[in-house]
Amino acid sequence: MNAPILRLFGLFLVLFAALAAMTSYNSVLNADAYRENPKNARSQIEEQRVRRGLIRARDGTVLARSSLQSSGLYERRYTPAGGLFAHAIGYDFLRVGRAGLERERNDALTGKRSELQSVFDELRGKQRVGDNVVTNLDPKAQKIAIDALNGRKGSVVAIEPATGKVRVMVSLPSYDPNALDTRAGADAPLFNRATQSGYAPGSTFKVVTAAAALDSGEFTPDSTVSGRSPVTISAVPLKNFSNQQFGDITLTTALTNSVNTVWAQVAEKLGNERMARYMKRFGFFSDPPLDYPDSQMRPSGVYDLDKQEWIPPSSSRVDIGRVGIGQERLQVTPLQMATVAATVANDGVRMKPRLTDRIVDRDGRTVQRIEPEQAARVMSASNARKLTQMMSNVVREGTGVGAALQGIEVAGKTGTAELNIAKRINQPWFVGFAPLERPKVAVAVTLENIQGPQSQGGAVAAPIAKQVLQELAR
Amino acid sequence: MTERNRELFALIPASLLVTAGFTAVFIQRNDLLSDLSLTYGLIFLCLCLAAHVVLRFTLPHADPYLFPLVAVLASFGLVMLYRLDEDFAREQAQWFVVGLIFFAATIVALRRDHRVLERYRYSIALAGILLLLLPRLGSPVNGAYLSFDLGVIAFQPAELAKIAIVIFLASYLRDTRQVLVVGARRFAGITFPPLKHLGPLLAVWGSAMVLLFVIQDLGSSVMFFGAFLALVYVATNRISFVLIGLGLFALGARVLYAIRPTIENRVDAWLHPFDDALYEQEIGGSYQIAQSVFSQADGGLFGQGFGQATIQLGDSAPILPAAHTDAIYSVITNELGLLGACAVLLVYLLIVQRGFKTAMLATDSFSKLLATGLTAVLALQVFVIVGGVTKLIPLTGVTLPFVSYGGSSIVANFILLALLLLVSDRARREALAR
Repeated sequence: MNAPILRLFGLFLVLFAALAAMTSYNSVLNADAYRENPKNARSQIEEQRVRRGLIRARDGTVLARSSLQSSGLYERRYTPAGGLFAHAIGYDFLRVGRAGLERERNDALTGKRSELQSVFDELRGKQRVGDNVVTNLDPKAQKIAIDALNGRKGSVVAIEPATGKVRVMVSLPSYDPNALDTRAGADAPLFNRATQSGYAPGSTFKVVTAAAALDSGEFTPDSTVSGRSPVTISAVPLKNFSNQQFGDITLTTALTNSVNTVWAQVAEKLGNERMARYMKRFGFFSDPPLDYPDSQMRPSGVYDLDKQEWIPPSSSRVDIGRVGIGQERLQVTPLQMATVAATVANDGVRMKPRLTDRIVDRDGRTVQRIEPEQAARVMSASNARKLTQMMSNVVREGTGVGAALQGIEVAGKTGTAELNIAKRINQPWFVGFAPLERPKVAVAVTLENIQGPQSQGGAVAAPIAKQVLQELAR
Repeated sequence: MTERNRELFALIPASLLVTAGFTAVFIQRNDLLSDLSLTYGLIFLCLCLAAHVVLRFTLPHADPYLFPLVAVLASFGLVMLYRLDEDFAREQAQWFVVGLIFFAATIVALRRDHRVLERYRYSIALAGILLLLLPRLGSPVNGAYLSFDLGVIAFQPAELAKIAIVIFLASYLRDTRQVLVVGARRFAGITFPPLKHLGPLLAVWGSAMVLLFVIQDLGSSVMFFGAFLALVYVATNRISFVLIGLGLFALGARVLYAIRPTIENRVDAWLHPFDDALYEQEIGGSYQIAQSVFSQADGGLFGQGFGQATIQLGDSAPILPAAHTDAIYSVITNELGLLGACAVLLVYLLIVQRGFKTAMLATDSFSKLLATGLTAVLALQVFVIVGGVTKLIPLTGVTLPFVSYGGSSIVANFILLALLLLVSDRARREALAR
């Protein structure tokens, strides 16, 4: 019987080797993946033993700080202005996890060093402390934007065009990060509408179409197109707002009065391929390059709700004429539309949007400066300036007069996505920037489900944008 | 050097391990060194010496390494439990004493000839099955009927039953192994045992299935059935019998999987430990298995060190449930790293090696089968629980022998060790005489 006993021992050798192999996989080979698993609170608990760095606004206002609890762990407190930036800053609590900038800049905030460095620090008895994060956010402008929305659901995003610095990021309804309730409530207050909502852009999208029209060389601001209504687009008649009739008008006039039929014809003439190329250059169809968690952002583009998938606009399934006027199945984020305005303002160069300005250690030394970074050249500088002139006309004498400022010239475009024509429920929009020379700020404003006769972008969104521009363009 | 002197010397490192372990935990706790750790080490050494003296007088030729290896495991367990909760360690130490008393009693009772057990094989088998059915009187814990509440202690009869069943099978197969082989027929390329002797084997399969249905615990069933197959294989040297048995067990388990939510949950939790719904599920969910691998990941190669694992925060629910029983291997990996965990596995492997060596040295069939069965059931128990917490196989709660907290486990495993040493003493004495 000894031979089978020996073989049985061989079997157990194999089984125990499998146990050792599995333990190696868990504790060493796959350990990093397990440590980063969101269900694993261990690294988070470890990090709560570290004094987390401060988060500051652009002007130095403290937005978030940590204090030591009796349990030996630190806990985050969001100081009054921190509540203003609930979505941008996010939160960090043991019980609910972390989100927003708290998550994106976690390594800096917890003072994470390289493996070797931390071993040396430990040997020297140096305690791990978090670095401070200085953001680009402007509490005053943020407050103005929130007050202007006046409790209505919506979002405001303001960006410095030359650098991509995000000055304002509002999403309403908001939440109190110090009394966080992560249960799914009505109106989804935890949801960052600025980066996560896919809204119909309405006529603000005509800025993209106009950029493609000018930069492709097919059109100039003075090219004339017939503004009669209706015209047949993709075999379906398309009417102007109130079925208004225009004769042969220039593109400048067509933008000023937001003439649907003209821009739909322009988009058809440009074709799917060219529209797709310019949309991609503006950043559509990819996650925004913002320093913010990917899981809290979404791309903008044409989305098929039934099939739950993105459709490239080059696809023949897309009615490109209606895409050109912001209809079809376009879904865009307020951040994307602010980026469009900022790109035109920055002579056609799209900068990566940035919430963080720099990382500073406890002694005040700058550890890392987040340098402005170019994402793409969307169009030539001269075409961008032509488009700026067209957009300034919109605010001077067109649909966007509600955003006009005393002494500062504003360029912009309104939008009104009709969600329910019978009940007159609209999604009003305004995108724009100021001043025309060396623009200091570009902004996108939108509100959800505004009902009534005065629910157009020019009437609702433009005045909000005006207040934000006034604060930041001075 | 004689066997017993080798054993005596081997016990010294085991006691040093206890001393070193307690010292490490003390340092971690109070930042000051107390002589208490030396006291604990001394008490441990005294207990081991007492058991050693018993062995010296009763089984002078028994394997010299088995007992020190077990002492190493027990010291690992005591230190780990002390680190988790002082009360656990104190109770475990008391159980350790009780276990040693049973150990000595078993040896003294059977020292003339352990083969008297054969005479009582049916009584022993019946006792084993009754023991398994006992928990049905109580209420299930996590969906399985595993323990029986005796008022003061929760008694886990499966621990004792495994020994009873091995004794019965060893004795039964000694009788029938010849006829099973001689009467075998080949059919469709597979060798089948003769039908008239297949009955008892089917009966064992049936009772394993019944156990599976009644106690609803896959872990114990795998242990019992695995030991049974190991014994059938060693008794007949027919791999086909094992394959048939495996097929039948798989069939039964498949049926059970389909109709019993407990098993289904466990398999699902094993396949998808990070699934949100399963993770949040209060009973039979995947929280434990997920946290178990997380704590191993926290250990890395060298571990966080004694007392450094994150197991509980304040008074809230533990982050790692059942750290002192099911998941103690994960705590060891967390604090001592992959190297510490492999050291524990190596100690078990050495015990298994000594067990099979004993079986090979034994001259009579019953002793061979008994040693094989006892070793196999111990090794399978380690495989079931370590495989479970490392996510190699679905997690079912059995104890890690000599390490996990649990009185019945300690007592039963000391009886198992006593039987192995009894077989070993006789085998080595006969080998010397030859």
